Formats: sequence, C-alpha cells, structure tokens
Amino acid sequence: MATQTLPPSAVPVAHKSGALRTILEWMGTADHKKIGLMYIVYAVLFLVVMGIEAILMRIQLAHANSTFLSPQVFNRLFTMHGTTGVFFVAMPILVGFGNYLVPLMIGARDMAFPRLNAFSFWVTAFSGFLLYGSFFAGGGFSQAGIAPDVGWFAYAPLTAPAFSPGHSTDYWTLSIMLAGVGSIAGAANMIATVIGMRCPGMTMSRLPLFAWMNLVMGGLILVTISPLTAAQLMLMGDRYLGSHFFDVAAGGSVVMWMHFFWIFGHPEVYVLIIPCFGFISEIVPVFSRKAMFGYPAMVAASVGIGFVSLGVWAHHMFTVGMPSYGNAFFVLTTMVVAVPTGIKIFNWLATMWGGKIRFDAPMLFCTGFLFQFLIAGLTGIMLATAPFDWQLGNSYFVVAHFHYVIVGGILFSIFAAFYYWFPKMTGRMLSETLGKWHFWVFLIGFHLTFDFLHIPGLLGMPRRVYTYDAGRGWETWNFIASIGTIFQVIGILIFVYNMIQAYIQGPVAGNDPWDAWTLEWATTSPPPEYNLARIPEVRSRRPLWDIKHPEDPDWKYE
Amino acid sequence: MSTNSAVLQSGEDAWGLPSRGKVGMISLIIAESAIFAIFVAAYIFYIGKSLSGPTPQILQIPILASICLWLSSVTMHWSVVALHKNKKSTFILFWLLTFVLGAIFLGATAREWHHLIVDEGFTIQTNLFGTTYYSLVGLHASHVTFGLIALFIVGLFGLAGKVTTEHSDRCEVIALYWHFVDAVWVVVFTVVYLLGR
Repeated sequence: MATQTLPPSAVPVAHKSGALRTILEWMGTADHKKIGLMYIVYAVLFLVVMGIEAILMRIQLAHANSTFLSPQVFNRLFTMHGTTGVFFVAMPILVGFGNYLVPLMIGARDMAFPRLNAFSFWVTAFSGFLLYGSFFAGGGFSQAGIAPDVGWFAYAPLTAPAFSPGHSTDYWTLSIMLAGVGSIAGAANMIATVIGMRCPGMTMSRLPLFAWMNLVMGGLILVTISPLTAAQLMLMGDRYLGSHFFDVAAGGSVVMWMHFFWIFGHPEVYVLIIPCFGFISEIVPVFSRKAMFGYPAMVAASVGIGFVSLGVWAHHMFTVGMPSYGNAFFVLTTMVVAVPTGIKIFNWLATMWGGKIRFDAPMLFCTGFLFQFLIAGLTGIMLATAPFDWQLGNSYFVVAHFHYVIVGGILFSIFAAFYYWFPKMTGRMLSETLGKWHFWVFLIGFHLTFDFLHIPGLLGMPRRVYTYDAGRGWETWNFIASIGTIFQVIGILIFVYNMIQAYIQGPVAGNDPWDAWTLEWATTSPPPEYNLARIPEVRSRRPLWDIKHPEDPDWKYE
Repeated sequence: MSTNSAVLQSGEDAWGLPSRGKVGMISLIIAESAIFAIFVAAYIFYIGKSLSGPTPQILQIPILASICLWLSSVTMHWSVVALHKNKKSTFILFWLLTFVLGAIFLGATAREWHHLIVDEGFTIQTNLFGTTYYSLVGLHASHVTFGLIALFIVGLFGLAGKVTTEHSDRCEVIALYWHFVDAVWVVVFTVVYLLGR
C-alpha cells in the first residue's frame, strides 16, 4: 500500500473515527469540495439507475412483438429514464464538478454561501429520492399506477386528474419543483461566487473558461428552471386546487403547457452542455500543450449561445402547428445557434492544431466529444428545418439526435472530466490502460446504439412505442442498437472498476500530474479544507504557468 | 516562486469586488421575475377566454393599498440610508413604517379576497379568470408575506438596538428584495386592474 506516502489530509476519514461520525461529518458539511463530491456520487448512483431503465427498454425493443415488458411498465420506464437523466444525473453531476472546481480555480476558500450550498444539495438529493418513492407509494389509496408514466415532458392533458389518477404525477411534479428550488439556489450561489469571490488579479478576462461556463450556466438556470417551477405550480393548482390552467373543458389551453415546458426544456440542454464546454476548454489546451485559442471569442460564443437558446423553444412544437411566421422565426433562431457553436468547435481544433497532443484518456474523450457533438449538431440543424421536422418529429431520429448530444457530447465530456480531475479529488491516478479500454469499448457501444437508431427513425418508427410489428424494416436496426448497450455496459463497468481500484491502490497523483495551468493544481491532491495555503495574485489566464515559469510568464504577452 | 504571489487575506473585499449578498439577491430576483413572467403571460393569454362569469369587472382598483405598497419602497430607502449614516432611531422608525405599510397592503388584499370569495362566491375554481387572478395576485401576496417576515425579524433586532451600520449591507439585500416586490406590483396592477378590466 502506498498510503503512507500520502499527505495526512488524503487519508480517508473513516480510518480515523467511527463510521457514524463520518456520516454525520458528511451530512453536516458546508465544504464545497465535500458537497461537490456528494453531488457527483449521488449523480453516479442515479446514472446506474437510469442505465438499468435504458437496458430494460432496449431488451424490450430488440425484437418485434416482444412481451418482455408490459406497455404500462414501458411508459413508466421511459418517463423515469428521461426525468432521472436530466434532473438527477446530468444536472447534479455538472453542479458537483462546478462546486468542487470553481472555488479552487478562482482562488477562493469556499462558495459565496456555504450553507446555502449544502441546502441546495440536500434538497436536490431529497427530490430524487422522492421521485423514486413513487415506485412504492405512487398508487396512493386508489392503487392506480405507480411510477410516473406521462413522459418526461408530461404533456397536458395527460397530467390532468382524470387521466392521471393516483399520485404518480404528483410525485413527478413535486420532485421536479423541489429539484428546481435546489438548482436555483445553487445557481445564485455560483453566480455570487464567480462574481464576488475571485482572488486578487482574477479579472473577468482572466477567469478560467470553466468558471466562465459555470457563470453562464448559472444565469441560464435562473431564467429557465424558474418557468418550469411556475408551470409545476400551475399543474399542482390544477391537480389539487381545481384551477383550470390546462383544462380544456374550462377554456384552458394544453398548448400553453408545451410552451411553458419548452421555454424551460430547450435552454436546459444548454444548461447541461455549457459546463461541458468548460471541461473541454480546460482539458484540450493542457493536453495540446498550448494556451486556449481565441479565449475572448470562446466567452462571447458561450454567452451568445446562452441568449440565443432562450428564443428557440418552439422548434419542439413544429408538429403542433404554428402560423408560418412562427415556424420561420423558430427555424431561423435555431439555425443561429450553429454560429457560436461552430466558433467553439473551430477554437478547440485551432488549440489542438500544431500542439504536442498527448492522447491520454481525458484527451481521448475530448476528441470523441468533438466529433460526436459535431454530428449531433448537424442532425440538430436537420430537425430545425420545419418541413423535415414535420416528417420526423417524435420519431426515433429525434431520440437518436438528442442521445447523440447527451451521451456523445455531455457524457463523453463528463468522462473526460472524471479522468482529468479524479487525481485532484482523490489523490490517486486512474489506470491509463483501463481508461483507453473504457474509451474504445464505450465508443463502439455508443456508435452501435445511436448511429443505427437514426435509421428506424427515418423509416418512420415513432418514439415511445413499447413494441412494433415485424416486417417494417425496423428489426435489424433495433437489434444492433440493443447489442450496442452491451458494449456501453462493459465500458461503464471498466470505468467503475478503474475508479474503485484507483481509489484503493492507484499510484499517488501528486499536486499536478498533468502539468496544468489553473489554480486547482497549485494545491495538494486532495486539497485541504482551506484550498490554497496562500492566495496568489493572478496576472494572466494561466496563473500556475506564471508560477512555474517566472522567467517567461504569460502576463508579458496578454 | 514568483514574487507576484503576495499573501492576502481573502478574495473578498480585497480589491473591490461586488458584494456577494447583493449578487445573490439579484440572481434570486432574476429567477423570481421569470416565475412572475410565466404567470403574467398566462394571465394575459386567458383574458376574455373564460367560458362563464364572473368577469374582471367585479374587481375594484386597490388604489389606497397600492399607494401604501409603493410608498413603503420610499420609506425602505430612507431607512437604509439612515442606517448607512448610523442614525439608528431614524432607521428603526422608517423600517417599522415600511413594515406597517406592507402589512396594510396585505390586509387590503385579504379584505379584497374575502369579499370576492364570501360575497361574490368567486374562487380559483370558478373559471379561467379566477384561476389566473388568484394565482398571480396570490403569488405576489406570498412574496409580500415573505418580505414582511424578513422585515419583522430585522425590526425586532432593530428595536433591541442590535442593528448597526455594519449590518447595512445585509439590510440593503432585504431592501433589494422589497423593491422587487413593489416593482412587480406595478406589473401585476397594470395587468390585472388596468389591462384585464
């Protein structure tokens, strides 16, 4: 065991005292690093849950006329898979990384409001367990239906008391509203941290891009999660108080729910992808051994994406029917998103161009991200064209498109972040060999599943069908897609084994295993409770480079 | 090691960064504005769409209550200004006046609702107008309530003489929230009592 060579702070607390004390310590902590880790562990737990739900659905869809799952169970599975994925996997894992890393990167001792931070985490955690509580208690006294089965966007009037008896929909709406409270509090905290807690010299133009992206994410959360919370308040009013927001019988409009949901739903995609841009923008320069190309353009493009994303929501509603000027507006705004996104992709490529690229596991996942995110964007432009969407809206083409974004883009960059920052968080290196196995196996699985899912979509297979008839040309593609999940599962198992193995007996990482340039690498791994012993004065965008190379500091050129 | 890395106490206040309390409150206000925007949108969308009566004509414009609420923003401002200058008695006088003006507004809303529910038999279940009216005005009234609770707690500390000029930043955070609540009432008032009728 290499434990004796670690600094004292790296020894797990469990070795020092009783398990109960450790649990109480973690439950009562307001330290941003511990809260960040709890977010991440919590999200990984739900990642496994949503993965199991996906596997069950892929088993069901592998063959025509399958009877593995009942239609009712299938409805619950896709609802829970989507809801869990967005609110209890992607959001908390990204918030967790932000929580852990942003204060370190900007040279702060903690978040702006440490106790509010703990509150945000526990509210989010509780809401996830509340959602899954519906599996046990969702039937209520009427015993009608258990887990929510209204789809992750819960279109009215499916959620009306007449069509959703029992309490499953109440569990859904309550847990999402609670998670929203946690997210909004967390976002306000993140914004106050980035704006008000920067160390001396860390001007906004020297802020690490990951911190910038978290600022943009926070701003987006404020204006996107709140409409969802408002819509959930209305839904609860309809279900409990007898109000008529989405009640057609009283003159209400079900289309209004769609608008309110997608006013949240579309920017939410950018809430998830923007911190991933931050991961890529931190990792690509370090592994290309070059400073980030086009930093101001990168910031401007991210803020631009944030604003544009607020005006594109109704491209989810082309098939509902809008006036032609409505269609034209949302087609054009959606296409505009491609411009800042393109700027970003070219910036990352220009950073890699001519660099001494090290293809370690983090960089491999970043490279995968670049290709897959590009393809996801291109199918996005196809779907943004209203006539094309009239043909393929609500088909498996859409499912393939957004899984390309979420798995091929967001999940790949999260894996990159794990390989890159795991040494900082635990003090141990992950195995590079296992990392490469993870990458290639998961890459094959991803492409088997989601490349081939585009085709049944083009052939007219609608999403959310629990089974399909033979002879429509869908069987082969669905079978290949289901085979792909086996590879994905193996990839994830390699990843989990790698993390456990490394945590117990991985090689000691040291402060700065990647020879990186941001401040989180200027302290021990894992960092002490106070983060940096001395708060440095920052004079450039790569403060650690300046400290390592006093003879050739960046600030002479910026 | 470079000579640039001077030892400093902490990031905050060291080089004139914005106050985190104010930034946090402004963030909250942005989020709350988005919630109100959705309810206002629903209200405007459903104007005249109710399938049955009563119509917004049964509403009476709450002029006096509105003046009280808007006036409370002025007294709140004077109160915080007095605290900055360490005039404790002026601070507590205007702070309590703010509370009273806010309470008058909330009482007027309660009377209005009592009249509508008991005398007119008009509830959130009656029609789309009831749905949007009670939700929008109620959302605002709940914000006034939270503001009054905060004002009350600080008021108690103030009466005990515990609020000094060093707390003026925190009082300003509460003041920001209170100004927001008053500003929202301009929108709600316009939409419900002027546009809607």
